[in-house]
Amino acid sequence: MDAETKVSRTAAEPVEDRLDAKIPPGPIDKKWERHRFDMKLVSPANRRNYTILVVGSGLAGSAAAASLGELGYNVRCFSYHDSPRRAHSISAQGGINAAKNYRNDGDSVFRLFYDTVKGGDFRAREPNVYRLAELSGNIIDQCVAQGIPFAREYGGLLDNRSFGGAQVSRTFYARGQTGQQLLLGAYQALERQVGLGTVTMQTRMEMLDLVVVEGRARGIVTRDLVTGAIESHVGDAVVLATGGYVNVFYLSTNAKASNATAIWRAHKRGAFFGNPCFTQIHPTCIPVSGDHQSKLTLMSESLRNDGRVWVPKKAGDTRAPDQIPPNERDYYLERKYPTYGNLAPRDIASRAAKEVCDDNRGVGPGGRGVYLDFSDAIKRFGESAIRERYGNLFDMYERITGENAYGVPMRIYPAAHYVMGGLWVDFNLMSTIPGLFVGGEANFSDHGANRLGASALMQGLADGYFILPYTIADYIGRTRPDRVDEAHPAFRAVEEEVLERVTQLLGVKGKRTVDSFHRELGRIMWDDCGMARDDAGLRRALEKIPELRAEFWKSVRVLEGNEEVNQSLEKAGRVADFLELGELICIDALHRTESCGGHFRKESQTPDGEALRDDQHFTYVAAWEYTGTLARPNLHKEPLHFEYVHLTQRSYK
Amino acid sequence: MKPVLMKLTLRVWRQKSANTRGRFVTYEAKNVTPDMSFLEMLDVVNEELIGRGEEPIAFEHDCREGICGSCGFMIDGVAHGPKRASTVCQLHMRSFRDGDSLTIEPWRARAFPVIKDLIVDRSAFDRIIQAGGFISVPTGSAPDANAILVPKENAELAFDAAACIGCGACVAACPNASAMLFTAAKVSHLHLLPQGQPERYDRARNIVATMDKQKFGSCTNIGECEAACPKEIRLHFIALMNRDLIRASFTDSKMGRPAGGT
Repeated sequence: MDAETKVSRTAAEPVEDRLDAKIPPGPIDKKWERHRFDMKLVSPANRRNYTILVVGSGLAGSAAAASLGELGYNVRCFSYHDSPRRAHSISAQGGINAAKNYRNDGDSVFRLFYDTVKGGDFRAREPNVYRLAELSGNIIDQCVAQGIPFAREYGGLLDNRSFGGAQVSRTFYARGQTGQQLLLGAYQALERQVGLGTVTMQTRMEMLDLVVVEGRARGIVTRDLVTGAIESHVGDAVVLATGGYVNVFYLSTNAKASNATAIWRAHKRGAFFGNPCFTQIHPTCIPVSGDHQSKLTLMSESLRNDGRVWVPKKAGDTRAPDQIPPNERDYYLERKYPTYGNLAPRDIASRAAKEVCDDNRGVGPGGRGVYLDFSDAIKRFGESAIRERYGNLFDMYERITGENAYGVPMRIYPAAHYVMGGLWVDFNLMSTIPGLFVGGEANFSDHGANRLGASALMQGLADGYFILPYTIADYIGRTRPDRVDEAHPAFRAVEEEVLERVTQLLGVKGKRTVDSFHRELGRIMWDDCGMARDDAGLRRALEKIPELRAEFWKSVRVLEGNEEVNQSLEKAGRVADFLELGELICIDALHRTESCGGHFRKESQTPDGEALRDDQHFTYVAAWEYTGTLARPNLHKEPLHFEYVHLTQRSYK
Repeated sequence: MKPVLMKLTLRVWRQKSANTRGRFVTYEAKNVTPDMSFLEMLDVVNEELIGRGEEPIAFEHDCREGICGSCGFMIDGVAHGPKRASTVCQLHMRSFRDGDSLTIEPWRARAFPVIKDLIVDRSAFDRIIQAGGFISVPTGSAPDANAILVPKENAELAFDAAACIGCGACVAACPNASAMLFTAAKVSHLHLLPQGQPERYDRARNIVATMDKQKFGSCTNIGECEAACPKEIRLHFIALMNRDLIRASFTDSKMGRPAGGT
């Protein structure tokens, strides 16, 4: 069966809708409050009798584990790092949004909600987004009390900035290291609970599968990354807070170890995958410098507050930037989007950069780059003011490129950065497997088809601190899980499968390294399922990916054994899963023939090249069910309703 | 424009596990370009090793942006290599010359046992944080964020201390393998803020006592830690912590605490 028939079947015949998002009744601003009252509680004396497994120790995982530990549950938190503090949340630079309206500039919970729904191009669930905006203020309160050194005014109050296309200043920030400071706050809260004995921290332990007993998530199977031991862990609920899967592109801004294995394994055990093709390309990254490139480095888009983006007007212009007079420069974002200018949302800014480079007006080696120029801002505010705002970013740029951006414009180019897609969850952040909760970037989340800047940290912490502790209690209170132990045959069976897979990977003994496969997959994904997608390209990718996967299992080379630290083996398992997930991403991208947010289908654009939604056919979440055959997942549709924010064509002009 | 290719000789510490003996093995790094990071150069060496059927060199790394703190080893006896204020992932090969010969070995400290090759166990740092590297504020109990005023200068100074990435270079650089800079950075971050005052003296006492139990050496004010720190955390934080520790020794929690302020 060729790719065409496989895919048209899944798209044309969605299976009967079994998805219930469990949205509470009532007006949107009362839903969460009323739901909290309706939810079951677990008495303080009983909480320690319940074990909650939290996989991942980034913002969502650490915050959830710490908060559940404080409440008195028996928590076990798992991380493949040597310390929970290494999680990739630490790399977030720009800031965190909150509707505090400290600036008196017209912000409100409703406005943050509105901006997020609109920014997500109307593909997010309204009630979830409203709750996120509602909780945003509590997050800042919590973080300040923990001692996060946010930027301050001379009067001692918190400072804010406008960020990533917002017309209000609602972003709280800690230099260019907001993610680091927020993660360290959550990490410290987590370590406090470890010290108090409510949380057991299992580092250097990678989840390799989920165990489902009688239809409920009851545990995980892990591999100890030092000894190779395959072990089962039993819990009454499992939380996956394992981050996003944008490393499917190989080159991305994500940390090298970031992977999809935990959510992909859960998907194959029955959790539906929501909107897998919604990936975000970030407009401001340092361009690729050569074939050896192992990852791409993000330069916070806060830089766009003061930097002006331009390329030469003339194609093929190789003059140095200071040799190009102002009237021969094309400040294309300011030209095309006069209202938002350099602050146009990420998807729009990324595509605009691709367009000018496709026109042969790109700059730097290889021509895949645009200038981000601070000379006007330096003239206006002085170099020291710019240094104070972005000093660490300029330093980082210089370390990587060897260029001083105070003197010459930075060169930037879009790179894969974040995924809005992830495991489908209901309003309680529970997946389609009862007892399996998903938080942070790992869930399909509140960002629709495009995430606004400074909203990822907000969502991770909202999930971890303020949502999961309630909804998990409700689940435990309602279901009263009975005892299960590691001797249960379901655990034995999954352990055997995991061990078999490890043995298989070690047994191929082929010729090609794991990285070479990862690079090749990344190239396919970037070329045919990247910033702009079309029918022919996606079909091509859907032919190539299964071939590459077959080749992987025939000729991958993983050296050494299982009983020791084996980084090739760790990578091999992750790449094997990316080789499966990549196919689902392309299937989803092919079925969604509209453009929306970060998902741009060339066939669906306005006359001036902007994303054109097809609300009549695609106002839904695509939730894919694994059927046993990768090429033929079942599509479930969760219709989206917009009662408060009216469907309009996004315009940032 | 074809980039210049460099060739380097690497003497790398290879050790299969914590309980086996390690040794230096020499490798040639060919096809190195100046804009590769040091870790990308090792990636290239590893791809070649795998191609020849030899075990790749194990090293820790993750973000490759100098912020996660995973990476770090000694290059010619210098933690994170010759470039100041940089981690090895942010060190680029343009800092070296064609034909250079480099010795690469893991952090050496009793508190950081080797796990494999260049990977060491830094969990002692987590235990230090567990002993007091936090402010006790359960989720949900915080007042409005702007109810707590922090002078800008204090917030900035607290940030300078909070910038620590927990990589362990300070311990590796110290001839005594002391963890004073790491510990003092956390203590100072919290003590420079009003939120950190209620637990200030207990924190100083507990955290230092725990640090001492982790087999780190003592601080003798040498200052290698400050020179090696990729985040330029300054020595004066150690003085700040010592001051708190002395005050704490005169403080009986039954008699209340001395007023805050720094």
